[in-house]
Amino acid sequence: MTSAEATGQRAVPSAPPPPREGRRLRRFERSAVGGVLVREMINFSSYWRSTTFSSTVEPTIYLLAFGFGLGSLITTVGGGISYKEFIGTGMVAMAVLFSSAMPSMFGTFVKYSFQRTYDAILAAPVDTEELVSAEALWMAMRASVFGCAPLLVAMLFGLDPSWGMLAVPFINFTAGFGWSCFGISIAAFVKSIDNFGYITSAVITPLFLVAGTFFPIDQLPEWAQILAQLNPLYHCVELVRHAAFGWEGWADVWNYAALVLFGLLAWRVAIYGMRRKLVN
Amino acid sequence: MPEPEPALSLRGVVKRYGPITAVDGLDLAVPAGTCVGLLGPNGAGKSTTMRLLTAQAIADDGAIEVLGYELPGESKQARAEMGVVPQLDNLDTTLTVEQNLIVFSHLYRVPRPHRAAAIERALAIANLRDRRHTRVDALSGGMRRRLLIARGLVHQPRLVLLDEPTVGLDPQVRQELWALIDRLRSEGISILMSTHYIEEAERLADTVTIMSHGKVVAEGPPAALVREYAGGEVFEVFGPPARLAEVEAEAKSAGRRTRRTGTSVTIIGDFSGNGGAAADGVQRAANLEDVFVLLTGEEIA
Repeated sequence: MTSAEATGQRAVPSAPPPPREGRRLRRFERSAVGGVLVREMINFSSYWRSTTFSSTVEPTIYLLAFGFGLGSLITTVGGGISYKEFIGTGMVAMAVLFSSAMPSMFGTFVKYSFQRTYDAILAAPVDTEELVSAEALWMAMRASVFGCAPLLVAMLFGLDPSWGMLAVPFINFTAGFGWSCFGISIAAFVKSIDNFGYITSAVITPLFLVAGTFFPIDQLPEWAQILAQLNPLYHCVELVRHAAFGWEGWADVWNYAALVLFGLLAWRVAIYGMRRKLVN
Repeated sequence: MPEPEPALSLRGVVKRYGPITAVDGLDLAVPAGTCVGLLGPNGAGKSTTMRLLTAQAIADDGAIEVLGYELPGESKQARAEMGVVPQLDNLDTTLTVEQNLIVFSHLYRVPRPHRAAAIERALAIANLRDRRHTRVDALSGGMRRRLLIARGLVHQPRLVLLDEPTVGLDPQVRQELWALIDRLRSEGISILMSTHYIEEAERLADTVTIMSHGKVVAEGPPAALVREYAGGEVFEVFGPPARLAEVEAEAKSAGRRTRRTGTSVTIIGDFSGNGGAAADGVQRAANLEDVFVLLTGEEIA
C-alpha cells in the first residue's frame, strides 16, 4: 500500500478501492441518510452557539414578559396551574415550531437555490427521499432538544419537575419532524424566498391563536375549538401540558396520533415537492 | 484490441422542458479510460446532458447507461461509482477543507477503515494538505475549484463528470487545473468534460463531441476534426469592419467558407493563389475554434 505522505505531487496515492462491485442499492438506505446527517452535524459544529443562544434566551424573555406581565393579572389558569407554569409548558410547542419549521423553510431554500448543496448531494448516491428524510430527522432531533429549553427555564422560575416531563423530548421530536417537513414543503413550493412572509403571517401566526400557548382555547368560540383539532401545534401544547401536570388517557393518545399523522402527511408532501424541484 | 465497454453511453436521448428541447436525440459515448470533451455554445444542452447522467434530469426518450447501469432506474449505483464536479461551486463555505471532504467521504460511502486514507488522497490531489484546517471561504478561487474536483474523487471513481471545470478562472489557475485533469486521465479514469473553452478540449480530450441545439454536430479526435472541417491551413484577414465585409463577400463569391473572428475574418481552406485578400492577411494553421464556429454558427444565442 502506498502511503499518502510518501508520494509526491505527480502521482496520486492510491488506496485499495472499496468493495462495491455488484452491490445492489436499495431505494431507501441508512447510509445515505447517515451521510446527510453527518453533513448537518459537522455544519452544526460551526454555528451551534448562536442557535443555542437564541433558543434559550427567547423563551426566557417570553417567560419574563408574559409570566410576570400577564401573570400579575391572572393567577391561575384552567385546572388551577399558575400562569407561569401554563406559559412555560405552552411555549415548548412554540420552541419546537421555531426550531424546526422556520429553519427548514429558510435552510431548504438556501441549500437548493443559493448554495446548491442539494445538487451536490444528489450527485452522490443519495435520492431525494433519503435527503428529505435525513434533513427532517436532523431538524426533529434539534427541535427535540431545543424544545426543552422553555421547560428548563420555567423550572428556574418555579415549575415543579415531574416524571411525565421525560416524555417531552419524544413529543418534541414527533412534532418537530412534522414541522420541518412542513417547512421543507413550503420551501419546495414557493417561487421566491420573499414569499415566506405570506406563510409566516397567514399560516403560522393564526395557528398560534388556536393552539392554547398563551391562553386556554376553551374560551374561544366553538368553531375555533374545532379548528384547533386540525392544528398540530395545539396537540403538541396539550401533550406537553399533560406530560407535566398529568396524562389524560385517550385524549392524549389522540393528541399523539394527530402529531404522527401530521408528520407522515407532511413527510410525503415534502418528498413530492422536493423531487419536483430537484429532479426535472 | 477489442472495443472496450464504454464508461457511459447515451442513445437517442431526448429531454424537453416545456416547448424547449434541450437535448434532441443525443448519441454520445465515453470509451473506458478516455477523456471526451463535450463542446458547444451556451444553451447547446451540455449542462442538461450532465444532469441526465446523474438522474437529476429524467430523459423523455432514449437510453442512458453509466458504468453498465441503466438510468434512471439504477442511477444510485452509477452515482456511487462515479464522481461529479459541478459547474457551480457548492462547497460548504463555513466548513474547513478537510470537513468538506469528510462529509463527502460519508455521502460516497467510503468504508470507515478507508476514510482517513481517502481524505489524505483527496487532499493530495487538490494539493491542499497544508490548508486542511482552512475554512473554504478563506480559500482562493483556484483552491476552491481544486477542492471541488478532489471532493468528487474522494471515493476513487472510475468515471468523472466535469462540468465546465475552469469557467471563470484566470489563465494560471486554468493551467494548474488542466495538469490535474491530465493526471486523472493518465491514471485511466474515464472523463466526460463539458466546456466551451476550445483550448481546454483541444489539450485534454482524446475525442471531442461538438453539440449544437441538443444534437451532436461532429465528433472525433481534435486534430481529425480540424482536418475534416477546416483543412490544414486557413487565412485570417485583419482590418476595419468595412474591409472585413468586403473580404467576406469576395471569399463567398469564390465559394469559400468564412467565419468572423472578432477583429478579423478567417477564410477556410487552401488559400494559395488568391491575391485579393492576401495583402493584409496571414496564413495560419486551422484550429478547433474554426471548426467550432463553423459548425455551431456565429450568432450568439
